[in-house]
Amino acid sequence: MGAPPRHTGPGAALRQDSALKHATGEARFADDIPEPPGMLHAALVLSPVAHGRLAPVDLSPAFALPGVVAALGPGDIPGRNDIAQPKRGQEHMLAEGLVEYWGQPLAIVVAETRDAALAGAAAVRPSIEALRPVLSVEEALEAEAFLLPPMVLARGDTRAALTAAPRRLSGSFQAGGQEHFYLEGQIALAVPGEDRDLTIHSSTQHPTEVQHVAARILGCDQNRISVQVRRLGGGFGGKESNASWVAACAALAARRTGRPVKLRLGRKQDIAATGKRHPMLFRWEAGFDDSGRILALDAVLAADGGHSVDLSPGVVFRAVTHALNCLDVPDVTITGIACKTNTVSNTAFRGFGGPQGVLLMEDVTRQVGRALGVPQEVVRERNLAGGENDALTPYGQALEGDLIRRVWAECREGSEWERRRAEVDSFNARSEVLRRGLGSFVLAFGISFGVMSMNQAGALVHVYEDGSIRLNHGGTEMGQGLFIKIAQVVAGVFGVPVERVRITATSTAEVPNTAPTAASTGSDLNGWAAQIAATTIRTRMAELAAAEWGVRPEEVTFEAEEVFAGNHRMGFPELAHRCVQARVSLSSTGFYKTPDIHWDPAALRGEPFFYFSYGAAVAEVELDLLTGEHRLLRADLVQDCGRSLNPAVDLGQIEGAFVQGLGWLTCEELWWDEEGRLRTLGPSTYKIPGSRDVPPVFNVRLLEGAPARAETVFRSKAVGEPPVMLATAVWNALRDAAGPARLDLPATPERLLMAARG
Amino acid sequence: MTTGPIAFTLNGTPRRLPPDTSPSMTLLDWLRGPAALVGTKEGCAEGDCGACTVVLEEADGARVPVNSCLALLGQVHGRCIRTVEGLRGPDGGAHPVQRALAEADATQCGFCTPGIVMTGWAHAREGGDVHDALAGNLCRCTGYRPIVEAFGALQDDGAASPAPPSAPATRLEAPGQVFHRPASLDELLTLRAAHPSAWLLSGGTDLGLRVSERREVPAEVICLSDVPELNCLEATGDGIRLGAAASYRRLLAACEADTGFAPLAALLRRLGSRQIRGMGTVGGNLGTASPIGDALPPLVALGASLRVEGLVGLREMAVEDFLTGYRINALRPGEVIRDLFIPRPPAGSLFAAEKLSKRPDQDITTVGISAVVRFDGTRVVGARIALGGTGPRVERCAPAEAALVGQPWTRETVEIAAAALEAAITPLSDWRGSAEYRRIAAGNLLRRLWHRHPEAA
Repeated sequence: MGAPPRHTGPGAALRQDSALKHATGEARFADDIPEPPGMLHAALVLSPVAHGRLAPVDLSPAFALPGVVAALGPGDIPGRNDIAQPKRGQEHMLAEGLVEYWGQPLAIVVAETRDAALAGAAAVRPSIEALRPVLSVEEALEAEAFLLPPMVLARGDTRAALTAAPRRLSGSFQAGGQEHFYLEGQIALAVPGEDRDLTIHSSTQHPTEVQHVAARILGCDQNRISVQVRRLGGGFGGKESNASWVAACAALAARRTGRPVKLRLGRKQDIAATGKRHPMLFRWEAGFDDSGRILALDAVLAADGGHSVDLSPGVVFRAVTHALNCLDVPDVTITGIACKTNTVSNTAFRGFGGPQGVLLMEDVTRQVGRALGVPQEVVRERNLAGGENDALTPYGQALEGDLIRRVWAECREGSEWERRRAEVDSFNARSEVLRRGLGSFVLAFGISFGVMSMNQAGALVHVYEDGSIRLNHGGTEMGQGLFIKIAQVVAGVFGVPVERVRITATSTAEVPNTAPTAASTGSDLNGWAAQIAATTIRTRMAELAAAEWGVRPEEVTFEAEEVFAGNHRMGFPELAHRCVQARVSLSSTGFYKTPDIHWDPAALRGEPFFYFSYGAAVAEVELDLLTGEHRLLRADLVQDCGRSLNPAVDLGQIEGAFVQGLGWLTCEELWWDEEGRLRTLGPSTYKIPGSRDVPPVFNVRLLEGAPARAETVFRSKAVGEPPVMLATAVWNALRDAAGPARLDLPATPERLLMAARG
Repeated sequence: MTTGPIAFTLNGTPRRLPPDTSPSMTLLDWLRGPAALVGTKEGCAEGDCGACTVVLEEADGARVPVNSCLALLGQVHGRCIRTVEGLRGPDGGAHPVQRALAEADATQCGFCTPGIVMTGWAHAREGGDVHDALAGNLCRCTGYRPIVEAFGALQDDGAASPAPPSAPATRLEAPGQVFHRPASLDELLTLRAAHPSAWLLSGGTDLGLRVSERREVPAEVICLSDVPELNCLEATGDGIRLGAAASYRRLLAACEADTGFAPLAALLRRLGSRQIRGMGTVGGNLGTASPIGDALPPLVALGASLRVEGLVGLREMAVEDFLTGYRINALRPGEVIRDLFIPRPPAGSLFAAEKLSKRPDQDITTVGISAVVRFDGTRVVGARIALGGTGPRVERCAPAEAALVGQPWTRETVEIAAAALEAAITPLSDWRGSAEYRRIAAGNLLRRLWHRHPEAA
């Protein structure tokens, strides 16, 4: 025997499965798939106005151009012109009668080349009688233009408690939206097959929804459509519902022309036509005592949902359920509203309303601290859930007060809070133009889909006669390392090196009726499903080995690509071979549904989350009071990942999410003009963080010795979204530096300069 | 003048393209289309994300990363190009740069990675600050930390640049299109006179957008890259003379070699990215005459002059006189910008070149201010203050200059000048900043000048 075999099962810090292929350029994205013969290109005609009555669009100018093969409007849809979420009314894929935002798709032009399709689309001049657009959430709130009935989460008697409280304060602030800016834009390639079958290669987080929406648009059975996804060039929620209509447009064009059709949105069209993170307006009133205990809170969270419902119910649900974050307030009323404006319909974005919701208590604790002359941290500590306070959220689920305090204590200590607080204060006493600020944040984030039915997953595992393993599951790989994590789970079950597990493209033909890869649940759900499938096969294999060896199946172990029981021993491939000879099935599906979660959407009560993920952060900034320019000097993060399935992947998720949150809170600004045209349509005007924006001192720690309490995969916890919110510490640090004034988000140099001037 | 096919060396192999290939096709479209080299990605088609980065291998061994989404085939004609597919290690497998990024967990979704690999491969040779190297490459997944770490340890592979194609044609034709690459000033001026509506293509970082994003197909292009007079660069004790088609990369190297130009060097390091500076030119910025062109305020403050030339003759004028309005300049029909002269800041003077933008790197000016202040003892005896982003064109601010000259260099003097500056400008509101912010920030940039240099130089 040589060196012990490399550990590649759960817990191993393995690389993203395609890392080297990414670097050599061999990793194939949807636009890199060799184009099938006869393939056509599609381009969209987008609305040039934000709100107006739309006459039927004359598509003849497109046909007049060379290379144009088809031009399709809503009348060419054989099924239903509807891309809405189930039971959420109707949302047109191609506008009919009314346009409701600038950039709304009106028609599809299909041509022999992409340039010809774009030229054809540009030649179409829709006739629209302009109506006044509603562009701000304030205006929509004033007019009570709501997409949904307000969601009111209440506990106790807030009015009475406010009245009785020794002290009261109120405040308001706003947070902006965020463009996903996945590096790979939206794209789909639809390829017709026999009998009107259709294969769709889509860059989607939700292959099943692509299948369902395409079938609805085409008016065909779902079994006619199979959706394939090997990898996405980034998703972040932007390819959850938005990828579906892009793919359905390609599907419609393929059905109408009988030829393969690719639709790839250029960057500007992508940013114009696809939804973003919900901007949110906050108004609150709090009652508290001299110790800083917050006794009552009445808050309104008004989200800008854009023109249609899309995923706004879930976003508002999460904002409302996370509005108290890890704090406890006895008497509380949180009202969540999705306002309707004439802007693109806002959608899922990493954190899904959570990042907005957790801002609320950061403003409340800060203002209360100012009123009492104590640091925000003191007020936050005084109100942490659990301990001397109630651990129950207003909706009735318990938080773990000990973990909340532990992440904060470790972060506070690791960041050398006391020493640096003194250093920052001393720097500021000496400095006139530059001012430093220190800020902190503590997080409790619930894991599970808010829509209970989405908490399910499937997997399909085959073991071949040579002992090689093929893995398929319902999750999609968008860079988050899901595929390697699930492969590690399966490798662990069979006791084989992870290289023996072949990772394959997600396909609705292999695993049906799946949930999107979203809400941080990818590895929780699909990991279990794959483990169940693999365990089913392993049990059969163990039974065969046990019968041959005359031992009990439980005595058979799988390790280092061998199978053991007592003195018996056989190679894993040999056992696979014998199973085939003995007619034992080496293929199994696995199905998993999250246990124990429940939610009453009428009462807003229940335990909707399988568990909570905790985290804490400390950030230090330097601000130039003359220009508003600022830099993040240092960040210290502690993130609870349970017992990490893959610490290398989790570290990457934490760092990347933090920087994405940093962008949302500082430099990423969406700017609409007075006519409702979005003017920040590309990286030249919409600025996501660059490498220099990452703090030069960036300490990230995974919380150790904290296996998940709930029945999660190998006691791991989800990590995709929570660290986005850790960037909230930067907002607090900037306010610490800039002074007392309201600081809306994103905190651009302009906002900071204005805030610092008071 | 010779007509012939587009020719370049791609990944070490000479390529001659079919005769009907459009010379205004972007290199990216050609790579991903006819060449079937799909490792290079399109992320934005506007030269800002870097996913399409490829490297020009220069005769002197330099490796210049460029955005292939903005580079036209006619522009890279005669050059040596390397793409991610052309990187190989000594064993024929992945190149050490590719391995380094993969092994550092520096890829997540991987879409930006080929561009980052090419930037890294160039950086391993060119050196410098890692963030300067990465400014032109966006990554939305990793948070950059592992990329920065991997970049810090990259080693130059020592490979020599391959040979470019010999005697490339100077005129490229496709149906309905002509792309001229004049090799002398006379030839250029004659062509310009004959084709007044042709695109005058310098680095193409602005004009390239019309192809890349707006999908325009120009009938006539005159490319300035091969005209020797437009590509000169000469640094003397008096200043720097450079041709209109010399790249920002070269100007930056010249400024870095002369401490007198250090503030300009610092500003140029924030102009676009290495990719943009590898192609973009001062002549192009002057031709575009944008009020937010990063480099224009320092040129005006320093009193740079330029020479324009047409068949009728040569004219010399100050840059401040050349910029006549919003994206309007003083070029007459048939004229081209030949070169410019940037005088060295006078000894003992204070020279500053600052800009504000939403993000420090790869973001164009929201407000820019450049100043040259001369002293006699503690008294200001001369001041040239140029502003960008505060009006329709880059121009000097006479009231602020007047408030300084003759006065002692004190906080009070600068306060009066800053107030005069704020009163004198008429900025616009747009997505980069409100008029109010621009006004206050412009004044404060002048105030900050004093805070940073409270003693007369």
